[in-house]
Amino acid sequence: MSTSTLEPARTASKRRKRELGDGPELHTHKAIGVHKKKLNPGRIIAWAVLILFMVVTLFPFYWMVRTAFSTTTSLAAEASNLLPADFTLGAIKRVLGLQSFEESLAQGGSGASMDFLLFMRNSLIVSTVVTICQVACCSMAAYAFSRLRWPGRDAVFFAFLTALMIPPVFTMLPNFVLMKDLGLINTFLGIMLPTMFMTPFAVFFMRQFFLGIPREIEESAAIDGAGHWKRFTRIVLPMSSAPLITLALLTFITTWNDYMWPLLIARQPAVETLTVALGIFKGQTPQSGPDWAGLMAAALFAALPVILLYLLLGKRLINSIGFSGIK
Amino acid sequence: MSMAAAPALAEQPARAQTARKGKPTKAPKNDLKPALLFILPAAIGFLVFFIYPAIKGFYYSFTDFELLGDANWVGLENYQTMLSDELFWNALWVTLEYVVINIGVQTLVALLLAVLMQRLTTSLLVRGVLLLPYLIANVVVALVWYWMCNQLIGIINIGLEAIGVEPQAFFGSPVLSIPTIALVNVWRYVGYTALLIFAGLQTIPPQLYEAAAIDGAGEVKAFFKITLPLLRPVLAMVLVVTITGSFQIFDTVAVTTAGGPVNATRVIYYYIYDLAFNRYHFGYASTLTVALFLILALVSFFQLKLMRADQTDLD
Repeated sequence: MSTSTLEPARTASKRRKRELGDGPELHTHKAIGVHKKKLNPGRIIAWAVLILFMVVTLFPFYWMVRTAFSTTTSLAAEASNLLPADFTLGAIKRVLGLQSFEESLAQGGSGASMDFLLFMRNSLIVSTVVTICQVACCSMAAYAFSRLRWPGRDAVFFAFLTALMIPPVFTMLPNFVLMKDLGLINTFLGIMLPTMFMTPFAVFFMRQFFLGIPREIEESAAIDGAGHWKRFTRIVLPMSSAPLITLALLTFITTWNDYMWPLLIARQPAVETLTVALGIFKGQTPQSGPDWAGLMAAALFAALPVILLYLLLGKRLINSIGFSGIK
Repeated sequence: MSMAAAPALAEQPARAQTARKGKPTKAPKNDLKPALLFILPAAIGFLVFFIYPAIKGFYYSFTDFELLGDANWVGLENYQTMLSDELFWNALWVTLEYVVINIGVQTLVALLLAVLMQRLTTSLLVRGVLLLPYLIANVVVALVWYWMCNQLIGIINIGLEAIGVEPQAFFGSPVLSIPTIALVNVWRYVGYTALLIFAGLQTIPPQLYEAAAIDGAGEVKAFFKITLPLLRPVLAMVLVVTITGSFQIFDTVAVTTAGGPVNATRVIYYYIYDLAFNRYHFGYASTLTVALFLILALVSFFQLKLMRADQTDLD
């Protein structure tokens, strides 16, 4: 499959406009809707279906928030109440470790002390370091695979790509043994190392973009005596800010959401990430039944940073979804 | 999830058409030295955390390695054990059931959503909302639905009761648990899949629809005669990516049912995890990862062949 949505050459000003938020490159689309704007019964039904899907998509988010602000002990009696059952900030306080033992028990918590701020810090450390290192290392590699000429280049790139075919669990067991031998169980480094240097996808993604940058600009810099490092950092990287941000956002979210690997490595609160802590929290059911409000409050803490990032930077991400150049 | 996302996202180079794609220019210099420096960090990561463990995993699959102590070569013993291991076949079967429900429903709904968007709107808001679940951690998604599906006070059962349906133990029943987990993950991935298909729809020339409309073809006919055939290469790629991802279901099972009731949701990933980290049968668990690897490679290969993913009918 070739890239069939190649854009026509754009002038610099047009491109800047696009980067500033001129909307997606959907120019081919305008002509598709032959019946555009005419509201007939078919279109009304179609809109109704689309809106229904959006409601189904958003409702669980609302329900998470609604439950997080409820009192666990009141949830059963007010199960059909669409508003928070006996509104309280108790569950939020509880998962942040700000609630007293007695109050926690009274509101349906386990009384155990929790500190989701700590887990959030852990997730932040892991995700930030992995993102910075991975994007940096993979951009460098992508530069070598797209802008430099050396024997074996395409073969090495192909070898990198074959790693995409390996299911993560295949390397996870030996990697766990490696971390154990290195004494890195229960350390941030142990969680971060396997994805810190490269993922095949990140290399592929950046290479794809670098290939599209005209060589002329770089060549004129080379004539001025700029070495590869300078050309990479001063010309290629600044021109690639958009895909760099998209890749960084994706890497951050993927690392933030990862569960299986940190579950194997992080077995102490000091290094537990949010997802691991959530799993443990779910497993600790108080005698009175699960602390649903607390659980949803904790889930909210795990979801909120990603949602905020998405609101801030998501537009690029949405517009970059599509296949390109995969044979 | 990282696997599922992999080949599916790509930023368009802003000036792709004017650029000389991938063709080396005729500069006389060989850049081997700087190239080695540039790929060094990534190459270290690749060799230490992908290649070395892949080889080691393959080696473990022929040993009795138990995490503590040495790995002794046992030849094909693990593979023989696997073939007569009822739990292995159960895990494969359960995973297959999950994949069929998950991918079947997800692809149909995503196709519907993509066509609806193609017809109705290019709104960023609509696409943004539909993509949102994909960005939320599996663990969070699993817990929210686990709560909503609670048999006694979950909102879904409250809603079912209101229309006169008996409350269901969605996660607790051997019959419903796999379909439930499959549908929860449809919710998470369907918007993403729809956006992929939607991007594919953009490549179909609008003139075809205009011509079809002039010839008096209705929407339904246009869908089956134009949209579906021309979407085939994109659909093939979408299916390869989503099916490969679907086989690797783990997070949702791990935080909700933990393989139960009995073995009803003991999917292959969970069984491997259980063998390796609860029972320390690292050697045998590695054998299962090799089997999974082979299964996935075969499935992808035949899919790409069958769906002729590398050929387009657009020329």
